[in-house]
Amino acid sequence: MPHSPHPIEILRFNTCGSVDDGKSTLIGRLLYDSKSLMEDQIEALERSADITGGGQINLANLTDGLRAEREQGITIDVAYRYFATPRRKFIVADTPGHVQYTRNMVTGSSTANLAVVLVDARQGVIEQSRRHTFIAAMLGIPHLVIAVNKMDLVDWNRERFLEIRDQFEDFLPLLDVFKDVKFIPLSALNGDNVVDASKHTPWYEGPTLLGHLENVHIASDWNLSAFRFPVQWVNRPNNPTDKKLHDFRGLSGQLAGGVVKVGQKVMVLPSGLKSTVKEIWTLAGPLAQAFCPQSVTLVLEHDLDISRGDMIVGLENLPGMNTELHARVSWMHPRPLQAGRKFFLKHTTQTVQAIVTALESRVNIHNFESEPAPGELALNDLGEIRLKTSKPLVFDGYTANRLTGSFILIEQGTNATVAAGMLFPPLEVVKPEYNDFAI
Amino acid sequence: MSSYHLDHLQYLETEAIHVMREVAGEFERPALLFSGGKDSICLLRLAEKAFRPCDLPLPFLNIETGHEFPELIAFRDRRAQELGAKLIVRTVEEAIKQGQAHVSPGEISRNRLQTPVLLGAIEEFRFDCCIGGARRDEEKARAKERFFSFRDAFGQWDPKNQRPEIWNLYNARVNPGEHMRAFPLSNWTEMDVWEYIKREQLEVPTIYFSHKRQCVRRGGQWLAVSDILPPKANEPVKEMVVRVRTIGDIISTGMVESPADSVDDIIAEIAAARVTERGSRADDKSSEAAMEDRKKAGYF
Repeated sequence: MPHSPHPIEILRFNTCGSVDDGKSTLIGRLLYDSKSLMEDQIEALERSADITGGGQINLANLTDGLRAEREQGITIDVAYRYFATPRRKFIVADTPGHVQYTRNMVTGSSTANLAVVLVDARQGVIEQSRRHTFIAAMLGIPHLVIAVNKMDLVDWNRERFLEIRDQFEDFLPLLDVFKDVKFIPLSALNGDNVVDASKHTPWYEGPTLLGHLENVHIASDWNLSAFRFPVQWVNRPNNPTDKKLHDFRGLSGQLAGGVVKVGQKVMVLPSGLKSTVKEIWTLAGPLAQAFCPQSVTLVLEHDLDISRGDMIVGLENLPGMNTELHARVSWMHPRPLQAGRKFFLKHTTQTVQAIVTALESRVNIHNFESEPAPGELALNDLGEIRLKTSKPLVFDGYTANRLTGSFILIEQGTNATVAAGMLFPPLEVVKPEYNDFAI
Repeated sequence: MSSYHLDHLQYLETEAIHVMREVAGEFERPALLFSGGKDSICLLRLAEKAFRPCDLPLPFLNIETGHEFPELIAFRDRRAQELGAKLIVRTVEEAIKQGQAHVSPGEISRNRLQTPVLLGAIEEFRFDCCIGGARRDEEKARAKERFFSFRDAFGQWDPKNQRPEIWNLYNARVNPGEHMRAFPLSNWTEMDVWEYIKREQLEVPTIYFSHKRQCVRRGGQWLAVSDILPPKANEPVKEMVVRVRTIGDIISTGMVESPADSVDDIIAEIAAARVTERGSRADDKSSEAAMEDRKKAGYF
């Protein structure tokens, strides 16, 4: 890979499909054909080929890193892979198709710009394909690729490819969140249309998979319209020998939305106290402005009582603030969820207690319809719930901001992460005059 | 591209600073594992970016095998002092003397023995989180590692039972006796590390750059001759122009023949490289699951 002096973007994508759809093989092929594999990795592959593959190199062994995975020929956990072309750097989450590990698909999808859903050309759309597409949509991944794999096994039949496209288009309108959807006929095993264009698909005029990954327009995933700054850490040097440092009181964090400028009026929530940004401190020197997702330290004009978990926001596009919450969740634990259970809820930099007050519905993965009032949500279920928290959350709807609209639930005692939650938009937002009398 | 745009290094940097501050915000007694190697050098700069103008809110911890390159130890001590950080060093030698670590018959490498010493230090100082410089691109088992990697009361990693990690919401909760390892550089590649060293103009130990050294050929690798690794009788010793690509201990780190004597040269060399950096570490070659086994036992 030649070293490029131009700014290089990072594209994060994940691959999903059911067992044996060839996800790991596809990633192996991308790495192999883009010359991102090194000799010792290829050597290791050849060594393992003698044991498991009957002499044939198994590209899946590249990502199936754990012993149990190699023995069982399955992918247990999300594996991250890195490769680069002169145009882009790629972070790949290889997410397992095994139904009991679907929680890992949610994990891999949560940070992705693009999802590659694999289908076996012989099988077409199956329940897993629908589920993966639905999860990608629910997690707000903007770009979708449907990779119709194993086309060699259906003799590169164009009609079969179009049939599968129709099967998807039957339900894709239900998932209108994607900015673009691309169908690519390929063979991961043989490398057709992965990096190099295939001789077998004269009827296909679109890009190869890598060509698409390099060129798809990833308009910023970040919300730049509403300033959100969850306070992560209070920076107080308290240095008695240096007057300037003695009085320094900074608020360190990563912008979770929008832009902030020196001189801008801001509000601290939940207190509602207002102040002005005096300085945007960084090690390299002060900034005039900062934007999401930069990490900075803010100094305000007033010495307010602010601590980790508070949120500093702009006076326009204010967020919601409530203890009563309505959310979609992906349940990730073998112990099912019932109404009435208590958890820790982590949202931005704040952890509060939460009680699940009601299970409103469970998604039927066959038709994406909601089944009302389920008794419980089991492992891998998706549903809508109501919660009440011990302290108000300052939040946005997940579709407006992935960082201020998401939370996790943590089981008390075991500390297991049991759910990923996506908040619905607030019914009302904080008013600019809220707590005006405080200063 | 809009002006509100981060390039890949800025993206990796803000992600890593966020992880560092989560550690400071969530834990009572965190530590930072600093060896003097290139990855932990990046960690130090990220710690400065995360916590200045404050004093760094966590001490540095290093487990010394006694088989280090002397340049590295000197560099480690000096950097800790320059940054005004507290440096805690625990040694394998001392642990063997005190009966906390035991050498297997014929075992020469101190690599395995670092694990009980590290766990001993974690217990001694009751550290609840250790920040390390591991990267997922280094090795297959590491590719499955989380940013916040939970360790049970025995310091063990259970790869089949990891906490799902969603968005940037890290579950940092541990019970007494358990601890966390946090890896801010999870998404960095070897190339990213060097590009960052270049952009930030970070000093690295001189052994990363081309220099003359007496070497012997063992197990398909060139190893540096030292007091710890003297040449055997009749073993040919060759003076070579070499550098290290990755630093382990002095008895297992392969020296790479290289004329690269600047960060730019190194970046060009990595761009053209045909083997991975761990390809020059004998400790990872012992079996396909070598790293997985060491990590499960509580290795870095």
